[in-house]
Amino acid sequence: MPADFISNLYVFILAGFVGFELIKRVSPLLHTPLMSLTNALDAIVVVAAIIITGRHETRLTVVLGTIAVVASFSNMVGGFFITDRMLRMFKSGKSKQS
Amino acid sequence: MNTLALQQYLDFTYIAAVVLFILAIKWLSSPVSARRGVLAGEIASAMAIAATLFNPDLVHYKWIVIALILGAGVGIPLGMVKMTAVPQRTALSHAFGALSAALIGIAEYYVGTAPVSRFQMGEIGLEVIIGSLTFTGSLIAAGKLQEILPQRPIVYRGQNIVSLSVLGGALGLAVALVFNPANTFLFPIMIVVALTFGVLLVTPIGGADMPTVISLLNSYAGFSAALLGFVLNSKVLVVAGALDGSSGFILSVIMCKAMNRSFTNVMFGAFGQVATGPAAAQEARPVKSASPEEAAEILGAASKVVIVPGYGMAVAQAQHKVRELYDLLTKRGIDVQFAIHPVAGRMPGHMNVLLAEADVPYDHLKEMDDINGDFPQTDVSLIIGANDVTNPAAKTDKSSPIYGMPVLDVERSHTVMVIKRSMNPGFAGIDNPLYYLDQTLMLFGDAKAFVSNIVKEFSNSHG
Repeated sequence: MPADFISNLYVFILAGFVGFELIKRVSPLLHTPLMSLTNALDAIVVVAAIIITGRHETRLTVVLGTIAVVASFSNMVGGFFITDRMLRMFKSGKSKQS
Repeated sequence: MNTLALQQYLDFTYIAAVVLFILAIKWLSSPVSARRGVLAGEIASAMAIAATLFNPDLVHYKWIVIALILGAGVGIPLGMVKMTAVPQRTALSHAFGALSAALIGIAEYYVGTAPVSRFQMGEIGLEVIIGSLTFTGSLIAAGKLQEILPQRPIVYRGQNIVSLSVLGGALGLAVALVFNPANTFLFPIMIVVALTFGVLLVTPIGGADMPTVISLLNSYAGFSAALLGFVLNSKVLVVAGALDGSSGFILSVIMCKAMNRSFTNVMFGAFGQVATGPAAAQEARPVKSASPEEAAEILGAASKVVIVPGYGMAVAQAQHKVRELYDLLTKRGIDVQFAIHPVAGRMPGHMNVLLAEADVPYDHLKEMDDINGDFPQTDVSLIIGANDVTNPAAKTDKSSPIYGMPVLDVERSHTVMVIKRSMNPGFAGIDNPLYYLDQTLMLFGDAKAFVSNIVKEFSNSHG
């Protein structure tokens, strides 16, 4: 088993636990923005897509990489955008009066 | 700058991005700090992309720039959709996320520089299977939510056996590839089989189960990104994927609990099929109905009102009219709260977003457990487009398909008013005994039209 695999597994398990503990605390009020925000964060796969595209190895990998950049970057832009739009709408009774 | 030092700068940027990702989710826990969370996520993503552009492996930028511009062009309109379209947009974004993870895995397999080892083949195989099935599954879910595809469950005999054999086929091909990664002709077949499985997986699932399915697809999309991180040895992907995956997983568990069902039951149960028989056989029982004038009068005399919104409110786009009613009642000194069931609507938190859009203050949106104790002191419960989540049979009738599902105790309030198009049971086909109770009044009509008639009554009679 490659050493990289083991260190990645450590990271995966620890990040999973951190995620579990943090997400448990998110109020059900914000479950929709939670899903769109984690989606936008997940769109960080765009960095891998950029590398595949920019390494310019074969025509196939450039095509696949380009599509992957489009798909993930649109998720990133749209995900942050809509999450912020949703969160701006959440107002408490007090802040509404003031 | 030599390459090694540059690589270290890149690594530190990724580490900073990971820290900001975690803070982003931490800040999202409360509506007060949530927008800061979005900002943290944006900064982290921008940093990571900027750093990646300095990666010395990149030799050609043309297609990167074109793809980034196209991606922004697709993403911005998708970020501007109406709040009622958020469930299908979310399903579509799961599809995009899974697609890009799958495509990168596929490209990694075909990169000719070094032959893939058996171990890598296993990682790539699993990653591409999960990414592909999530891609087509999410597209089907988005199609159902957009009502391009029928929302009812589509089932046939032996369906589960067929679906599971297809999944087994995809996994079998992956195993064959692990034994001999050079069998390149098997790889595209495996992808097609996995894509097919995604279609088979979601097609039989009905609209009412969408909150669970969307959450589950969310977690698949996250885990496929994490697996891709394993393939590429990229820790930033492992962390982002693990966060997204665990978020989807937790949400699916919450959704399943809120319906008292197991994962297997949601995925393979084809909800509602059992119920059609007995519900159809039921004879028409008498119900009491009321006009908008009567409803307005009863609401005006109340001192505590609980509004229960459901998917029907979203379909009728009634949320703004509901907020007008909320304003009128609140102005008269009536205490108005909203009771939000976890699976009301088509995705987790759907109702909260719609009502927040309509300017209802979020401190009046109450979770089921927080409001269930209030119903005995409630004068009027007004149910708008919700059905199963108010069904008292879930507590008493062991033969009911939703027996054991936690529901809102609306029948404990003095008066129950239900806005509903007709007495037809929903597509789940489950009869709701609530409608035949003595204190229940049925308000027949379109949710938006009926609420605006009530609002009109108030403005006519009370200035």
